[in-house]
Amino acid sequence: MKTALRRILTESARLDVPADSLADDADLYAAGLSSLATVHLMLAVEDEFNIEIPDRMLTRRLFSSIDSLAAAVTELQLAQAAA
Amino acid sequence: MNASTDVAVLAAVKAEEAAVAAAQIVEDVRQASAEPAWLAATRRVAQIAAQHAAAVDRDARFPVEAFEAMRRERLLSAMIPAALGGAGLTLAEVARICETLARACSSTAMVYAMHQSQVACIVDQSNGVPWQREMIARLVDEQWLLASATSEETIGGNMRTSACAVELVDGAFRIEKLAPTISYGEHADCILVTARRSPEASASDQVLIVAPRDSLVLEKRGGWDSLGMRGTCSESFRLVAVGREEQILPVPFAQIADQSMLPVSHTLWASVWIGITADAVNRAHQFFRAQARGKPGALPPSAGRLADAVAQLRMMQARLKVALDAASDASSERIARDACDFDTPLGASLSLASDMNTLKLSISSTALQVVQETLMICGMAGYKNNTDYSVGRHLRDLFSAPLMISNDRIQLNTANLLLAQRTPATGRI
Repeated sequence: MKTALRRILTESARLDVPADSLADDADLYAAGLSSLATVHLMLAVEDEFNIEIPDRMLTRRLFSSIDSLAAAVTELQLAQAAA
Repeated sequence: MNASTDVAVLAAVKAEEAAVAAAQIVEDVRQASAEPAWLAATRRVAQIAAQHAAAVDRDARFPVEAFEAMRRERLLSAMIPAALGGAGLTLAEVARICETLARACSSTAMVYAMHQSQVACIVDQSNGVPWQREMIARLVDEQWLLASATSEETIGGNMRTSACAVELVDGAFRIEKLAPTISYGEHADCILVTARRSPEASASDQVLIVAPRDSLVLEKRGGWDSLGMRGTCSESFRLVAVGREEQILPVPFAQIADQSMLPVSHTLWASVWIGITADAVNRAHQFFRAQARGKPGALPPSAGRLADAVAQLRMMQARLKVALDAASDASSERIARDACDFDTPLGASLSLASDMNTLKLSISSTALQVVQETLMICGMAGYKNNTDYSVGRHLRDLFSAPLMISNDRIQLNTANLLLAQRTPATGRI
């Protein structure tokens, strides 16, 4: 999953550094993630994992690291499987 | 009906008219005395601004007389909370000040509006840092005028990125910035400067630095001979600031921009544009009445345009009211949730941002259209400068509205914001 997230970051987040060089817990805002880029990042994540991120999860924390994105995707996938 | 009842009816009508007129005078006096002190002060400043508006425009010079008057009336600290020594006015009240000033002199009003958006940044975002509190106290005491240096050569107009960076050595910093425009930079007592957080930080990882005049060196690199808004003196500079770490506001600039700068500047700029438009519509109205008086019984051919212009102006004012309500809702919500901002759902801030953007788009373009209509109504009397019906300056000043943060850029940003919104962007019902 984190490989897919890194690919998405490379494609849609327009970071200042290559996504491959980022640690899982690296601060994405510090790596140059802008608020406009988060919009595209969100849409790409939703498309890739076939999920819809609900408004309550749409926070600055969600986009703060690869770890937090992966945790959110896992949570939503589990909720979907249980439904 | 005989003659004597006619006379009686006439007398009764006269008496009623007299009573209505007397009631009107009482009402006028009541309203005049009920007018808050800040609005009366604003009208006094506006009168002075109007006297010098033509000279300010002709010579592209700063409206010094209006700002002397504003300092005297203590209007520069109008939006600072009473607890910190200011007048504690709401955003809606300050919007009223901007509109009133803009009816007299666009440049005066726009400088005042830009100052207030800087004030909001410090007041909202300094989190009680002692140096910043002292700075606010000086602003109140000495009626400081604040300016902003966000644009940068090589970066262009995108204020959300910077090239220059803060270099901290033992708690002291030095920054150098090539700014293509710092409006009224030469006349400001303090400039708020964006920069990257550190030499290693990315272009969008910005902070906002509060730089009083005595910590600044400004070297003028280009003048301001522009189509309109000539009194804003938006010249280009090389800016060097030195100071202490406490001068850097403690929160990221992205947050300052979203929460304070964007809502305050867009609502107050809109107020300025509405004030300019209102003055042009008043001139057209006066022209129309003078024209109609000359030919009783027939309406001038432009009559329909006047009705349209007034209708559009009222729509602009209503749109502004919606935005002011949204901005004040957002700021009270923000205060309640400030502690856990990192976990605040972004939905509210996205919808506020797109609302402020669409306000800017619609008011800036409608203002121009309406003033163009007033030119059609006033005809050659409006086209000529220095008549009672001139609207040329209004039109030239308003051509800046779609350019101050380009409407093209704002349209794209807004479309982006709408991508992220699941809830309808069409407002509450």
